[in-house]
Amino acid sequence: MPASSSQLLTFIRKEFAHVLRDRKTLLILFGLPIVQIIIFGFALTNEVKNASILAVDYARDEVSSEIISKLKASKYFDVETTSSSHLDILSGFQAGSAKLAVVFPENFASDLRHFNSAALQVITDGSDPNTANTLTNYVRSIVIDYQSENFTTHGNASGIRAEVRMLYNPQLKGAHNFVPGVMALVLMLICVMMTAVSIVREKELGTMEVLLVSPFKPELVILSKAIPYLILSLVNVASILFLSVFVLELPVKGSVALLFAESTLFIFTSLALGLFISVRAQTQQTAMLISLLGMLLPTLLFSGFMFPIENMPKALQIISNVVPARWYYTIVKAIMIKGLGIGALWKETLILGGMGMFFLVVSLKNFKIRLA
Amino acid sequence: MRTIRFLLEKEFRQIFRNKTLLPIIFMVPVVQLLILPLAANYEVKNINLAVVNHDNSSTTRELLSSITSSGYFQLTHIGSSFNAALNRIESDEADLVLEIPSGFERDLISGESKTLLVAVNAINGVKAGLGAAYLSAIISNYNQKLRLEQWDNAGSATLPVINVTSSNWFNPYMRYQLFMVPGILAILVTMIGGYLSALNIVKEKETGTIEQINVTPIRKHHFIIGKLIPFWVLGLVIFTLGLIVGWAVYGIIPAGNLLVLYFFLALYLSAVLGLGLLISTYAETQQQAMFISFFFVMIFILMSGLFTPVESMPTWAQTVSHLNPVTYFIEVMRMVVLKGSGVRDILPHIGAVLGFAIVFNAWAIVNYHKTN
Repeated sequence: MPASSSQLLTFIRKEFAHVLRDRKTLLILFGLPIVQIIIFGFALTNEVKNASILAVDYARDEVSSEIISKLKASKYFDVETTSSSHLDILSGFQAGSAKLAVVFPENFASDLRHFNSAALQVITDGSDPNTANTLTNYVRSIVIDYQSENFTTHGNASGIRAEVRMLYNPQLKGAHNFVPGVMALVLMLICVMMTAVSIVREKELGTMEVLLVSPFKPELVILSKAIPYLILSLVNVASILFLSVFVLELPVKGSVALLFAESTLFIFTSLALGLFISVRAQTQQTAMLISLLGMLLPTLLFSGFMFPIENMPKALQIISNVVPARWYYTIVKAIMIKGLGIGALWKETLILGGMGMFFLVVSLKNFKIRLA
Repeated sequence: MRTIRFLLEKEFRQIFRNKTLLPIIFMVPVVQLLILPLAANYEVKNINLAVVNHDNSSTTRELLSSITSSGYFQLTHIGSSFNAALNRIESDEADLVLEIPSGFERDLISGESKTLLVAVNAINGVKAGLGAAYLSAIISNYNQKLRLEQWDNAGSATLPVINVTSSNWFNPYMRYQLFMVPGILAILVTMIGGYLSALNIVKEKETGTIEQINVTPIRKHHFIIGKLIPFWVLGLVIFTLGLIVGWAVYGIIPAGNLLVLYFFLALYLSAVLGLGLLISTYAETQQQAMFISFFFVMIFILMSGLFTPVESMPTWAQTVSHLNPVTYFIEVMRMVVLKGSGVRDILPHIGAVLGFAIVFNAWAIVNYHKTN
């Protein structure tokens, strides 16, 4: 049907004009992924470095001062030595000027010499459990090092050592985890918000009625709205991949074509979800609040790239299955970093496709009801 | 004063009349506060371990049982081929591979040192780092035990040992939720306050009602105050709701003074609403306002120290993080709620947020005059 396909082209051109005319939005749509890659690539790390700690030294002997100087030499700590009381530790924690305190009791060295054991007390600011745990482990390993350097005789060098090899990501760079995560997050939110808002906007302004009474089919109205966002999102995928390869030096191990195909599928699912929201929402504000407030944090948390899903309670692990970003994240990680092919990913692909179809069918049905 | 009262009446009426928006404003934060802190968990447990065993001896069995009894690891696979174990990693059935070399027990007894190979799936840097650290710690503990036994058997005096004991203040059971709930509540209050104030004024612009207000004798600052106060009140209400959820569900009772908390919140809300106002003076459509606020919220959340510590960021990123009002609010929430910090501890934060409030609001008012 040449007539309807040229009609479709006209509509797509209209939607493109709408999108391209709004320079501020456009700037943000293309700028956001870039800024995010830079933030994740260079600013965020879970490694704990330069933590301010207090060394409370009641002992003032050679062992305590040797351990303190070992702590000072470590890149993990900024050590402040005091000989004051527990109250100072409390106020240091409350003011946020210290995260951990190492307390050497009196007679530390002589206890060690005469009783063969001495107690070293580590007090942490447990309000941040992750940092507290990590720092405690650092202190422990420094103390263990000190012991094996000083209290081992040469006849006793035997022992088990563990050699750790980090696969896929030897430098433990965050990039391997977050590039796929940013792709999932950005594509999801941009597609959902743009579709939802642009359709509701036509409803709110009354122009949707005009479109619906025209001889143009409603399915095609929706299709012509989706296509500009699909293309825009693919440009975003390309720019994220470009940055990841050339700025973060994270190459794509698997097939780039497959990655784009899967991204297209994910964009389709997100657009369908946006459509689903737009059918329900009556005003732009509602559509925005649902797609932003309702989607931002859940997508961030349930896709699994900030917090491992297997850590979550069972019920939440089940919930995470309905978050499309989770499946896309798994797919991108598998293709980009592990270099796997479609053979290993058919399950995730089918789930994404199924979700997309579900949203599309349900929304189209409701859309027609509105027409009647 | 009377003008403002009428304006307030109008705004409140508009908010309460909107039957779809109102439930979203209240339900979304409550639901997210119920679910998200459970999901945001860095405690790494249930690490899947595949073992490649080339030495079927009692030492190996003892080592493996001390690994599995630690509670961190689940033994998912034991075999004798390294490649088979590696395939488990590729299919995500295992996170770590531990290879025990042949002749492990024999060589240890004869006093040689032996190296165990630990291969980690390092795509998720946090999990890999922690998993490897736990495993190394268990192995070195086991090694210590073995050495002490050998030492004892040799009939010499016992080795001196430094016992590191640790205690975690404010959060003795190291519950990660205690850390996340105040932070997530801070983000939710920020998002709602920021979006609503940004969208509301732009909506008046878009529908043209702002022109009508402009031709009335209502002064600009009356109009702006009339817009800000309702959202300021809403922010306080949502925050209170969040505190109640935190208490009822997570058992979090603010350790510090509630008045200090609310005082800071009142100040902070005027800064956030000022930012929303500022965005609304730059945006022409609701869609633009939403994307601009989305852009800022994304950056604010990631740079706020909600998920990753600010101290570990590079210097430039720490600067950015200190230009982010959310950073201060999250810090204050954690300090006052968890540690019971007082006004003196949060003076720098109060100063910074006061500065933001003045700059954002003044800038918005200046810019508002220009655009009309």
